[in-house]
Amino acid sequence: MYGNAYIEPDSELAAKMAASREEDPEKLAEFEARIARGEKIEPDDWMPAEYRRQLLRMIEQHAHSEIIGALPEGTWITRAPTLRRKLALIAKVQDEVGHGHLLYSAAETLGKSREAMINDLISGKSKYSNIFNYPAKTWADIAVIGFLVDAGAIVNQLANAKGSYGPYCRALERICYEESFHLKQGYDAFVALAVGTPVQREMLQDALNRWWFPPMMHFFGPPDTISVHTEKLMRWKVKMASNEEMRQDFIEQYVPKIWELGMTLPDPALRKDEATGVWEYTQPDWDEFFRVINGDGLCNKERLAVRRYAEENGRWVREALMNPIQKRMVPYA
Amino acid sequence: MNNAIKDLLFRLADDELVLGHRNSEWTGLGPILEEDIAFSSIAQDQIGHAVANYTLLHESAAADEPLPDAIAFGRNEKQFFSSQFTELPIGDYAFSLIRHFLFDHAEMLRYELLTASSFAPLAALARKIKGELKYHVLHADLWVSKLGQGTEESRARMQTALNEAWPYALGMFEPSDYEAELVTNGIFSGEEGLQESWLEVVAPIIEKAGLTIPQASEPKYGGRHGYHTEHLQPLLDEMTEVYRLDPAAIW
Ligand SMILES: [Fe+2]
Ligand SMILES: [Fe+2]
Ligand SMILES: [Fe+2]
Repeated sequence: MYGNAYIEPDSELAAKMAASREEDPEKLAEFEARIARGEKIEPDDWMPAEYRRQLLRMIEQHAHSEIIGALPEGTWITRAPTLRRKLALIAKVQDEVGHGHLLYSAAETLGKSREAMINDLISGKSKYSNIFNYPAKTWADIAVIGFLVDAGAIVNQLANAKGSYGPYCRALERICYEESFHLKQGYDAFVALAVGTPVQREMLQDALNRWWFPPMMHFFGPPDTISVHTEKLMRWKVKMASNEEMRQDFIEQYVPKIWELGMTLPDPALRKDEATGVWEYTQPDWDEFFRVINGDGLCNKERLAVRRYAEENGRWVREALMNPIQKRMVPYA
Repeated sequence: MNNAIKDLLFRLADDELVLGHRNSEWTGLGPILEEDIAFSSIAQDQIGHAVANYTLLHESAAADEPLPDAIAFGRNEKQFFSSQFTELPIGDYAFSLIRHFLFDHAEMLRYELLTASSFAPLAALARKIKGELKYHVLHADLWVSKLGQGTEESRARMQTALNEAWPYALGMFEPSDYEAELVTNGIFSGEEGLQESWLEVVAPIIEKAGLTIPQASEPKYGGRHGYHTEHLQPLLDEMTEVYRLDPAAIW
């Protein structure tokens, strides 16, 4: 699962700096022509430094989001209320870890090692999707995450799968295939609660209220400012759709499914303007979005602490894989 | 004979459920992503085996046994017949790995014996499960060898884990009250023989990994008769936390 790549606030500055690192105009023209023809860029192909930097950051963030995203759901595996749900949840979280694995490999093709990426994650230097900085408080949260967060991830990842970088597109194709199972399972668990006992419905409504505002409304990021920079990223097929386009797509597909089950969403302004086909909604607090991204969310510290704990506790295993005693015991001959 | 079969199925299923629960705790926290994924797979297989055995209990062995979920989530520790080995906390990765190694070899041999059981539904299930276990055992053997021969630290951790695990591992072979009946009726050939063949299989692998089997350990018995360590009831409380909100609800 994943939210949209977060474009740094200083990206205009970074773009100016990158632009000053003049790329060879001939190579740049050929590169842009290839992308315009729909060709994929492969790791050994020439690419502008700015393209490499943006893609690496995006794929790395995506990989981190998968790994961190495994944590809130992972804590409910041992508490799943039926054996069937337990099996499905383990398989799902396992897939997410697998997505992280696949994406780290895709990012490595751009020149940064998995280890360096994980170090940047646990030091807090790299970002991941904000949505995982909110807590999963009850079993109903697992249904809401499996349904809506995975649905959001699919909207985002289907768009990105049509991007220009070959290794990322191929990873996303496989990931999207698995995410669609997650969505199915998530929806199934969601429906079970929605048509269940009063206690179950109440749990679900509570979870829905908490996940809609602000996490889901923040999921695709703030409405993009149309700048020369975002235009270039779209021309290079790094960014495939605007944040608002994806949010509209998500609302259009999933809000009716929620309402259909008699559940409500905590936004009285949420409605479709039938004339324009555009959904109206209350803007979430975007200051909070930036506060959470920069570390001040409900769970940022806990998520990183858990990840750091896993890394530190696993260090001896990784070291053992790197220096077998055996090697030292082999006689020189 | 009914009680003998019931007892046998409870032991098989409860071991799988409890250890599957423990192994699933690694999901998202493994020492490397590849092992994180491997432990999730093992946990899924084990919980799958528990479901299969509970289903057998419900369908073929005892008409009074409820559906698998109710069997799994509706009992307290006294009603669990898993070995104490399975309920111990995950510890460090060395302990979980050693437990996986010792348990899965025993399980593989146990199901191999059960393929010849006169209780036909169990023999059929054993044939199915046996194939999956081959991969568990290969995985365990590979990692015991890697970490036994990795660094000084990894070897020390593996030896410590083995020392801690061993008496509990022997507890897996705690005889049943129905032992004679099971043997006479050709349902299961018995714990003693199983323990012997298990030792023959695991001892050389442990030795090759540079580790030493601890001497003179008293087996930790009790689990097979409902006597558990302080770790099982909290595990069950956690496992049933949501289920208990409304056991009649459909989740
Ligand atoms: Fe994913
Ligand atoms: Fe997913
Ligand atoms: Fe098993």
